[in-house]
Amino acid sequence: MANITLKGIKKAYGKVQVIHGIDWEINNGDFVVIVGPSGCGKSTLLRMIAGLESITEGEISIGDTVVNALEPSKRNIAMVFQNYALYPHMTVYKNMAYGLKLMKLPKAEIEERVQKAAKILEIEDYLTRLPRELSGGQRQRVAMGRAIVRQPAVFLFDEPLSNLDAKLRVQMRLEIKNLQAELGITSVYVTHDQVEAMTLGDQLAVLNGGYVEQLGTPIEIYERPASVFVAGFIGSPSMNLLDGQMGADGTALILPDGSEIPLTTARPSLAGQPVTLGIRPEHFSLSGGDFTVPLKVNVVEQLGADTLVHGHLGESTAPLVLRLEGVQSLNTGGIVQVGIPQDAVHIFDQASGKRVD
Amino acid sequence: MLPFMLVAPQIAVTLVFFMWPAAQALYQSFLIQDAFGFKTEFVWFENFQILWADPYYTASFKRTALFSIAVAGLAMSSALVLAAMVDRIIKGVMAYQTMLIWPYAVAPVIAGALWVFMFDPTLGIFAYALNTIGYDWNYKLNGDQAMALVVISATWKQIAYNFLFFVAAIHSIPKSLIEAAAIDGAGPMRRFWTIIFPLITPTTFFLLVVNIVYAFFDTFGIIHAITQGGPAKATEILVYKVYNDGFIGLDLGGSAAQSVILMAIVIVITVIQFRYIERKVEY
Repeated sequence: MANITLKGIKKAYGKVQVIHGIDWEINNGDFVVIVGPSGCGKSTLLRMIAGLESITEGEISIGDTVVNALEPSKRNIAMVFQNYALYPHMTVYKNMAYGLKLMKLPKAEIEERVQKAAKILEIEDYLTRLPRELSGGQRQRVAMGRAIVRQPAVFLFDEPLSNLDAKLRVQMRLEIKNLQAELGITSVYVTHDQVEAMTLGDQLAVLNGGYVEQLGTPIEIYERPASVFVAGFIGSPSMNLLDGQMGADGTALILPDGSEIPLTTARPSLAGQPVTLGIRPEHFSLSGGDFTVPLKVNVVEQLGADTLVHGHLGESTAPLVLRLEGVQSLNTGGIVQVGIPQDAVHIFDQASGKRVD
Repeated sequence: MLPFMLVAPQIAVTLVFFMWPAAQALYQSFLIQDAFGFKTEFVWFENFQILWADPYYTASFKRTALFSIAVAGLAMSSALVLAAMVDRIIKGVMAYQTMLIWPYAVAPVIAGALWVFMFDPTLGIFAYALNTIGYDWNYKLNGDQAMALVVISATWKQIAYNFLFFVAAIHSIPKSLIEAAAIDGAGPMRRFWTIIFPLITPTTFFLLVVNIVYAFFDTFGIIHAITQGGPAKATEILVYKVYNDGFIGLDLGGSAAQSVILMAIVIVITVIQFRYIERKVEY
């Protein structure tokens, strides 16, 4: 068990810089998730922690040791790969025992550790099988088993659930969370799936284009996204982002359809400036709210538990998505007034994309 | 009708260039001519009986076994080392690979001539160097040296082919497997022997068969250019003996019988290849 410290981490392939200086302190026992779109550098960052990619600049420490120059095998880590990376010519047992044999543990202890891990993961019946005789979910468990038998200081997960079907993914997500909580081993988990990010992590890092857009707990990030990017990335369906303008005295927002939203706190510094306005689909309501905006309904999707409404803001072309609780019947083509609570409005500076409070 | 038309050219080629000569050889192997070619006698298996009783023939058999084991072993192991190393090269991979593939494009006789020029006792530069450092090099007199030279030449030409297959096989192993092994604590050597090598066994088996067939048959040109089977038959492998006995010694029946035996060997190797080895490809 150990904490992980990243200091000014940069990565460049030739002249192409893919990670632009990341500082991050990961506490011992935390489950942290790195989330971002493909190509944002999240896997590269994880692979740098693992020692599979060299570090161009900066320093990574695991525990008290700077690991920059250490081989992956010397870092006391275990990694679960997206494609599981099980050794195809070895049985499940041998797959799990491989690392232990290299640690030169006595046979009896290897046996004990593998059996124990197999029991936790419920794969005891498959120990003599080859990976190709297993289903995707079972392979995933073996990959996890191979990681936990080594009792490492750090677990690294590289999109481990993305090859599973939706149902299994939800199940394994829960199991990974429980397992991590039980073992208390510091874990870094990379995903592009924002639901996994929200549910798994104690801490979340949202990466975009090699920069950390925001660090924080999932709820902090959900409630106070630091930038337009984070706002759009976290949450499903994603946040409605409308181009608007701050009124001349900074006390109201002017929407694309001309309607105005009064602000409780004036922002005179932004007076007259173009801003981006963010409102989460789930914060709209048909009745209530501090103010209302007109919604032209295009499509209504009934999900049972809630209803998704796709439409436009009044007669403008700005798209809006609403998520209303329960079954709601709305006439498509009609215009309804929908309410928004004052504190559900996020304002971002349009030039920098940063949050304005 | 169309399907038959489409396969007809292939069947015609097989019949004319494989089946017909094979049948001819088989028929020829049952015949013995007198020394002046005046009469031919049908003798059933007498040619084969003579062969098995001939100490030169059994010696050539052993020599061929030694030769092909040496060539296949050396060509495969050096190609494997080179292929494993190319995986670790970062700069100039293409140049390295291209250069390694060139020898494959050289015709066997040319390859033989190349090695003759380097090792000829009177004009070869390496022969001169060896003699200078006090090593008595003359493969035209020393049978072991002659064998070593043809083994090296035949190996040199085959490394390129093996290299290509090994590189492709190693590349087809998912990178994450190697990385997983690295994280599990395996160093480069151990990764090679416990992960890469077991995973390329299908390729290794395939190459083993191909290399043995190569050493048995395709090395004729090399041997013909370097030693002509000499000195004192020291490099006369089976396929060279077929030529020597048939076209130099003019024992057509005996030569045909030897061809038939070689044919049987090829058939057995091919059956092994298809029956057992291809099925072992399971990853």
